[in-house]
Amino acid sequence: MAKKKENAQVISQEMLAPDIYSMWIRTEAAYEAKPGQFISMYTNDGSKLLPRPISICEIDSAEGRLRVVYRVTGKDTGTEGFSKMKAGDTIPLIGPLGNGFPYEKAEGKKVFLMGGGIGVPPILELAKQIKCGKKQIIAGYRDSQTFLRNEFEQNGELYISTEDGSVGTKGNVLDAVRENALEADMIYACGPTPMLRAIKAYAQEKGIECYISLEERMACGIGACLACVCRSKEKDHHSNVHNKRICKDGPVFLSTEVEI
Amino acid sequence: MDMRVNIAGVEWKNPVTVASGTFGSGAEFADYVDLNCLGAVTTKGVANIPWPGNPTPRVAETYGGMMNAVGLQNPGIDVFCERDIPFLRQYDTKIIVNVCGKSEEDYCEVVERLADEDVDMLEINISCPNVKEGGIAFGQNPKAAEDITKAVKKYAKQPVIMKLSPNVTSIAEMAKAVEAGGADAVSLINTITGMKIDINRRTFVLANRTGGVSGPAIHPIAVRMVYEAANAVKIPVIGMGGIAKAEDAIEMLLAGASAVSVGTANFHDPGVTMEIVDGIAQYMEQQGFGKVADMVGIVK
Repeated sequence: MAKKKENAQVISQEMLAPDIYSMWIRTEAAYEAKPGQFISMYTNDGSKLLPRPISICEIDSAEGRLRVVYRVTGKDTGTEGFSKMKAGDTIPLIGPLGNGFPYEKAEGKKVFLMGGGIGVPPILELAKQIKCGKKQIIAGYRDSQTFLRNEFEQNGELYISTEDGSVGTKGNVLDAVRENALEADMIYACGPTPMLRAIKAYAQEKGIECYISLEERMACGIGACLACVCRSKEKDHHSNVHNKRICKDGPVFLSTEVEI
Repeated sequence: MDMRVNIAGVEWKNPVTVASGTFGSGAEFADYVDLNCLGAVTTKGVANIPWPGNPTPRVAETYGGMMNAVGLQNPGIDVFCERDIPFLRQYDTKIIVNVCGKSEEDYCEVVERLADEDVDMLEINISCPNVKEGGIAFGQNPKAAEDITKAVKKYAKQPVIMKLSPNVTSIAEMAKAVEAGGADAVSLINTITGMKIDINRRTFVLANRTGGVSGPAIHPIAVRMVYEAANAVKIPVIGMGGIAKAEDAIEMLLAGASAVSVGTANFHDPGVTMEIVDGIAQYMEQQGFGKVADMVGIVK
């Protein structure tokens, strides 16, 4: 027994785009966190019991700080509660949780770092830490609200796709790959399931090693409740059925080991 | 002050265990809880063969609680015996194995398999609302509940706890039925069947459509049912349902529970069980209770 729920402290909060917020937190979790891991953040509202799994956007392990960039999912939601927090407020959390991206495998390779929607933020810390031959970041947004764009531009070659065509390629991240004739021999991706499904198919067709970060509703966040499972190709060693736990065995999986 | 309790001949060091399904097989929580601090660990339900469970989404938050329809995903009794029992045996706590099945034969097969394993008690889940066959089918009819109790008792070498559903007209009648069948103890309540609809997508939130509601929102219902069951039977009652803090656990004990299980609260704070043990001890000291049994069922 070494871990416990921690009362972390909000350092700063800002709105990046409508419903998209960025918060820096002072937390013990910063000392061990890796790109692609998440933290489970709890609200201070007793009627909302379950933690919200939020991906880590930036890690400052020297100062013990983490940045999360998250979407407010609606009125009176836990994430709306988070967005109202101010510097000095207490935010209970556990973490870091999950496995993170195996970014060390990218050494010397041509890489796609792909993020879509609220799957964009975890790609930032990955882009900062990854050491690879060619770093191509492809970020997909709905519209011209291209949050984190400046940070990405400082950390790699950035390509943008937007659903409405207002910035970059009109369409999704794979449309941007085709329009710019980009090539890769390693892919890391996070985003909505339809996007990941398309990337998995693209990687399979081209024979590219591909890691995808999945999302599902969670209760415990630590591998006990079996709420957030995804179907796995092989029988999983823990569950002894074709189910893997996204919170514990993931959220990052080799695309060929999961069926999405 | 003596925190020990005796449940059907098995002595726990304190009256606190965890509700099946909220704590894995203990290993998943071992980073957050010193398992030596618990009276017992109640495992996730285990069946004769591996079960894949229900499609996702399997959980949703509700006001002051949650609902789940995991569907008793489990690795099957073979893996459980090889992996989970040796893990738990490293700790100084009692092991309660929760058993699930789809038929009388399924339950009996698991109980028979566990007869010679080093576990302390069995909890028979006849109250899961989230599986189509078995489970609750045995838990809503007194005769069926009595019969399944009799059947598993034939094979069981450990004391048998029958886990009851709140989705019944009379919890007292169900408790009496399993007592008549030879149960050594009862535990209650399992989750209350509920439904949640996403008004924007105009569909059910859970893939299973319905799910079991748990958490602080249902605690008063659980206290009432524990009170009714405890006053209906002579065997010990293990009380659960929305216990989130020591005060909730103490309420259960005063209502008639000889021990308590903490469930959904483990998701809100993975270390909460240890705080609840400490909180009960503090209350006993403040109120001058020498032993836990002195508190049990004193509110009449």
